[in-house]
Amino acid sequence: MTTARQNVHGADAGTRARTLSVWHDQIRIRVVSKGSGPAVVFFHGPWGLAWDPFLDDLARRFTVYAPEHPGTTPDTPDDAGKLDGLWDLVLCYDEVIDALGLDSAFLVGHSFGAMVACEMAAAYPDRARRLALIDPLGFWRDSDPVVNWMLMNPGDLPAQIFRDPSCEAAQRMFGTADDPTARVRVMWAMGVTGKFIWPIPDKGLKKRIHRLKAPALLIWGRDDRLVPAVYAEEFTKRIAGARVQMIHDAGHAPQLEQPETVARLVQEFLLPPAETFQGPDICQSSSAHARRGPGKGLCA
Amino acid sequence: MKISAFHLMPHRELPDDFEKRYHSVWVTPPWWELADARRVGQYYNWTLDELLYAARAGFDGVCTNEHHQNAYGFMPSPNLMGSVLAKLTNGTNVAIVQMGATLPTSNPPIRVAEEYAMLDCISGGRLVAGLPLGSAMDVSLCYGITPMEHRERYREAFALTLKAWQAREIFAWNGRYYQLANVNLWPRPIQQPHPPVWVPGSGSISTFDFAVDNEVCYCFLSYSGAKSAKAMMQGYWKVVADKGRDLNPYRAGFLQLVAVADTDARAEEKYARHVEYFYHKCLHWPVQWLTPPGNQDYRSLVATVTNPMRRRAEDLKRLRYRDFVEQGYVIAGSPATVRDRLKEEVVEGLRVGNLMVLLQIGSMPHELTLENMELFACEVMPALRDTWNDEGWVNHWWPESLRGTKPTPAIAGRAAGGA
Repeated sequence: MTTARQNVHGADAGTRARTLSVWHDQIRIRVVSKGSGPAVVFFHGPWGLAWDPFLDDLARRFTVYAPEHPGTTPDTPDDAGKLDGLWDLVLCYDEVIDALGLDSAFLVGHSFGAMVACEMAAAYPDRARRLALIDPLGFWRDSDPVVNWMLMNPGDLPAQIFRDPSCEAAQRMFGTADDPTARVRVMWAMGVTGKFIWPIPDKGLKKRIHRLKAPALLIWGRDDRLVPAVYAEEFTKRIAGARVQMIHDAGHAPQLEQPETVARLVQEFLLPPAETFQGPDICQSSSAHARRGPGKGLCA
Repeated sequence: MKISAFHLMPHRELPDDFEKRYHSVWVTPPWWELADARRVGQYYNWTLDELLYAARAGFDGVCTNEHHQNAYGFMPSPNLMGSVLAKLTNGTNVAIVQMGATLPTSNPPIRVAEEYAMLDCISGGRLVAGLPLGSAMDVSLCYGITPMEHRERYREAFALTLKAWQAREIFAWNGRYYQLANVNLWPRPIQQPHPPVWVPGSGSISTFDFAVDNEVCYCFLSYSGAKSAKAMMQGYWKVVADKGRDLNPYRAGFLQLVAVADTDARAEEKYARHVEYFYHKCLHWPVQWLTPPGNQDYRSLVATVTNPMRRRAEDLKRLRYRDFVEQGYVIAGSPATVRDRLKEEVVEGLRVGNLMVLLQIGSMPHELTLENMELFACEVMPALRDTWNDEGWVNHWWPESLRGTKPTPAIAGRAAGGA
């Protein structure tokens, strides 16, 4: 293991970074971490890891470990080629969790990363203490197709992903239009994560999701223009007791557009006061509510 | 040198406002709005008739190619076309140049090896086996292949194809992407050890290396002409030299759009709208579809993003016929103009031994296409044909039985006395 925080996108002085060697020493995984307390493993989305205020907030109560997906770290671009598919990726992350010295953790993920978190919890039900999924991929509806962001003009991505493409979080994720370093980082991250989901991000989670043991929370940006909020139902109808929180004024990355709200919801779900999940202070929707669709009685 | 007639089989009657009304000519053009199966049947028959006409007019080869979900060229199976051409050109010295069936979209890829072997058998050993990587639009967008696996699948399939043609024993292929326990190709090609292989590319350095390492003919299928290809082809020849190979011009193929008329002015009158149709409608697609994330390896991505020279800067829709001609996208004009420009800019300028010419351009109707082909065959081709002969190169990338021969023009009229 080595320590190398330089070039961690968005990292501040409080973060630590180390590189784990897994997959028979063929894959190096850089893990950015911060905080102390129970372990949270955060899996980032298709545009690479950027340390952000949401993760910072979580780090006040948890030890947050944020691994970069294989190949998305700038100096190891070819490592993704060592994995042939999603099954390999799940096994690889099993090794990562071992290498972090963890038996189990709270698993949190965004978008593609939330799909990975869900696959991990299905493959290794005892690894996941609780599961917080933010606008996850993993299913497909012909009537509401997931937009393939990899076919879009890169300049149009912020407006598709963020409700407000001029926000600081969008800048952090995509950089300025004429910044070649940011362009390479984002394009390559899309390429290596796309390897596991092309051309339709339904890789059989529906066959495996019943294996989950962990309680699950779904967070969805009400204005998600990439993975419409109706997809929450695909999860709630398959995960007993799963709750959905719709986030107002947020698109596909609610943890970046409404970091305080999402961080509070995730923290309260992961470590609820005296395990009272049904407390009246949290506005929540059960599976039954979610079935009515977004914008009907759901709130953030 | 060898000169072949290339065909895309385009939709010839797209609406005038096509590029304003529709998102793309490729992947998403709506069939039911834009096409009619009976009319398209006519296009296929025109295409075959035009290539057969070229074969009779004295071209050395006829070329077909593969694309999918596409109004700019829709031969999803070039081998169906190639088999008609093979049968109907039997008894001639014309090569069947398949440019070609795409390996990563054929599953398992030995299907291509089988069909090419059939074509070689039917044609009596006149096949040129083009083995293209395929475009990202065809392979990843239409056929669902993960962009990051596209090149790896191609290279594995390429090795499998070459082995399948040549192996004396039945073998097992335990590859990363393809697993076949008993590879035992029936039939095998007539040409031994295998038909000549051409690999089309679009200028990526890794393909130069691949072409030279595998001793194939590298073909730049360009729609932008020789001027913009100059630096790329110099890059190719540098790789050839660096790897210690001879500078045999037959190591290179090049596709050029050509339109011939009696005079330069007549060429503009006859061809301007078809040329503009081609560049404005047939090449209408979102530029990012050419290289979806993962399609390029990391180093190529860095090179493309950080070097603005490698980005496609020109907006083709702003250019008109005269721009396309002036800048060499199209070589058009009188026989003398076309002859001189082809020789100077393409054949000698790029050091090309295997020239392909696209003579049916966009909306160009059948009769005009035949006129263009005839004028080219009679007035242009004879002046180019003997290029490179005095240097004594052997075209290892042409069917051996056809290397020393010239097709006999059988077109009546001008062709009889043209040469």
